[in-house]
Amino acid sequence: MTLQEGRAISKAITAPKPPRRKASRIGFGDWILPIYALIAFVFLLIPIAYTFVFSFNNSVKSNIVWREFTFDKWLNVCDQIDVCVAFGNSLVIGVTATIAATVLGTMIAIALVRYRFKFRAGISLLLFLPMATPEVVLGAGLAAEFLSAGVQKGMATVIIAHTMFCVSFVVVTVKARVSTLDPALEEAGRDLYGSPAQVFWRITFPLLLPGIIAAALLSFALSFDDFIITNFNAGTLSTFPKYIYISAARGIPAEANVIASAVFILAIVLVLTAQISSAMRRKRLAKVN
Amino acid sequence: MAFSAFATGTAQEQAPRRKSKIALLLLLPGILYLMLFFLVPLVSLVITSFQEPIPFGDFGEFQTAFKWENYVEVVDTYGAHILRSFGYAILATIFALLFSYPLAYFIGVKARRWPLLQNLMLVLVIAPFFISFLLRTLAWKSILSDESFVITSLKALSLMAPDAHFTGTGAAVVFGLTYNFIPFMTLPLYSALERLDTRLLEAGSDLYSTPATTFFKVTVPLSMTGIVSGVLLTFIPAAGDYINASRDFLGGTGTAMIGNVIESNFLVTLNYPVAAALSIILMAVILVMVTVYVKRSGTEDLL
Repeated sequence: MTLQEGRAISKAITAPKPPRRKASRIGFGDWILPIYALIAFVFLLIPIAYTFVFSFNNSVKSNIVWREFTFDKWLNVCDQIDVCVAFGNSLVIGVTATIAATVLGTMIAIALVRYRFKFRAGISLLLFLPMATPEVVLGAGLAAEFLSAGVQKGMATVIIAHTMFCVSFVVVTVKARVSTLDPALEEAGRDLYGSPAQVFWRITFPLLLPGIIAAALLSFALSFDDFIITNFNAGTLSTFPKYIYISAARGIPAEANVIASAVFILAIVLVLTAQISSAMRRKRLAKVN
Repeated sequence: MAFSAFATGTAQEQAPRRKSKIALLLLLPGILYLMLFFLVPLVSLVITSFQEPIPFGDFGEFQTAFKWENYVEVVDTYGAHILRSFGYAILATIFALLFSYPLAYFIGVKARRWPLLQNLMLVLVIAPFFISFLLRTLAWKSILSDESFVITSLKALSLMAPDAHFTGTGAAVVFGLTYNFIPFMTLPLYSALERLDTRLLEAGSDLYSTPATTFFKVTVPLSMTGIVSGVLLTFIPAAGDYINASRDFLGGTGTAMIGNVIESNFLVTLNYPVAAALSIILMAVILVMVTVYVKRSGTEDLL
C-alpha cells in the first residue's frame, strides 16, 4: 500500500466512530513500550546528568576524576576567564545572527505563502539546499570564499556564516505559521481602511509572532551550539564550542560544565513553562466551549 | 520539503495574489544573502578544487588552474575515509531508526490520551540539544573509557575481552553518531505517527492479519514520510561529522572520517584543493544518495 492509498483509506473511514475497544486485561505486551521508553529517556539523559554532576567537582586541571563536591565552580565561573570570554562571544554571535536570520527568513516566508512569482521552484531549492548540505561543506565553502576575497576571519565572518545556515530554518518555521493564518483577517483590516503598514503591524505581525519567536529560539540554539562551521570561519576568535574542542585534548575545566549546565537549565525551564502554560490555556478553552 | 515534518497545523486555502513588487522586496534581501554566502561559496569550492600550487610559491599558496587530477589523487589517497564515512553514517542511521521508532510510536500513538505527558516526553527527546554537542560527546568518552565503571564491569563479567577498548574504535564513533542524532530521527517519526489513524490498525486485525503484518503493511507505510525525513536528517549530518571520529573525542587511529580529512587539510596543512575536492565529493555523493533514496521510497513530494 502506498502512502497515498493509506491516506485515502484513512479519509474514507471517518464516520461513524467505532466503539472504543476496552482492554480486558493489561498484558505483558502493554508494558514493553512504556518500559522501553523509560530506558530510552534514561539513556538520552545520561551525558547530561554526567555534565551536570561534574560541574560540582572540585577539579584541579582536568575534570575527569571525581575529587570532591563543591559549589565553588558555580560561584566563580569567571575564574577561568577564557571560558567566560568564549561564552560571551557565543552570546553576541547568537543574538546578532538570530536577529539577521529571523528578519530575512520571515520576509521570505511571507512572500512564499502570500505571493505568486517566477522562479518559485528555484527559490525553494535555494532554501532547501543549505539544510541538505553537510556543515563541513558549508564551512569549507565560506572559508574558501573568504580566503579568495582576502577577508580577515573573525567575529564578522562567524556571524555571516551563522546567519546563512539559520535563514532556511527560519523560513520553514515561519512558513508553517503563515500558512495557517486566515487571510480574511487581513482583508477585514483593509476593509476598515487600514493602510498596508497598519494591517501588517497590527494584524499580520501579532498573529505571526509565535512562529517568529519559535524560529528565533531555534536559530539561537543552532548558532550557540554550532562548532563545525564556526571552526572553519572563526580564525583565532574563541566561541564556547570552539573552546571545548581546543581544550578537549588537555582536559575541560569544570567551569565549562557550569556554563553548559546553566544554559541547559534555562532552556528546559523556558520550554517547560511554555508547554505548561499552553496546556493550561487549552484546558481553559475546553471549559469555555 | 523534508523538513516540513516539523511543522504542524492546518493550512488555510490561500490564493496567492499578484503583487510581484512587494514579493520581490520581501524576497530580495534573503535570496541575495543566500546566493552570496551559500551559492558563491559552493562555486569557490569547485574553483579551489581544481587549483594547483604556485611554482616555488609559499606553503598554502595556490593558483587557479584546471587540475582535475586533484580528484583522482583525492580518491586514491582518501578512498578508505570516504567509504568509512558513509559506512559509519549508514550504521548510525539504522541504529537511530531502530532506537527511535518504538519511542516515537509510544509518544505519538500510545500516549495520545495524555497530551501534556506527550509534550513533556518530547521535551526529554530534545533535551540533549540543550547541552553542548561537544560536551555530551566528551561525557560519553568518560563514561565509556577503559577505567570507567561500565567497561570494567563488562570486563569483569567476561562480556568484553580484558585487553579490549571501546573508546577509540569505530564502534564508539558509530555509537556517538547514533546518540547525537537520535532527536533528529525521533521528531519527524513522532510527527508522522502522531497523525496515524489507529482504527486502521484495528481494521488490520479484524481482517485476521497478525500484529507483525499489520505493522509492516499499515503502520510503516503510513509513517513513511517520517521515516524518510528522519533518515535524511540523521544521515546527512552524520556523514559530514568530524567531532565523534576525532581522536580527542570518541575516535582513535583509523577512525578518521571525511570531515576529519577536510578539516585537517583546510585548517592545519593548508592544502585547500584537497579539502575542496573532498567537500565536493561528499556533497555530490550525498545529493545522489538522497535523490535515489527519496525516489525509491516513493515520497518525492517531500522535497
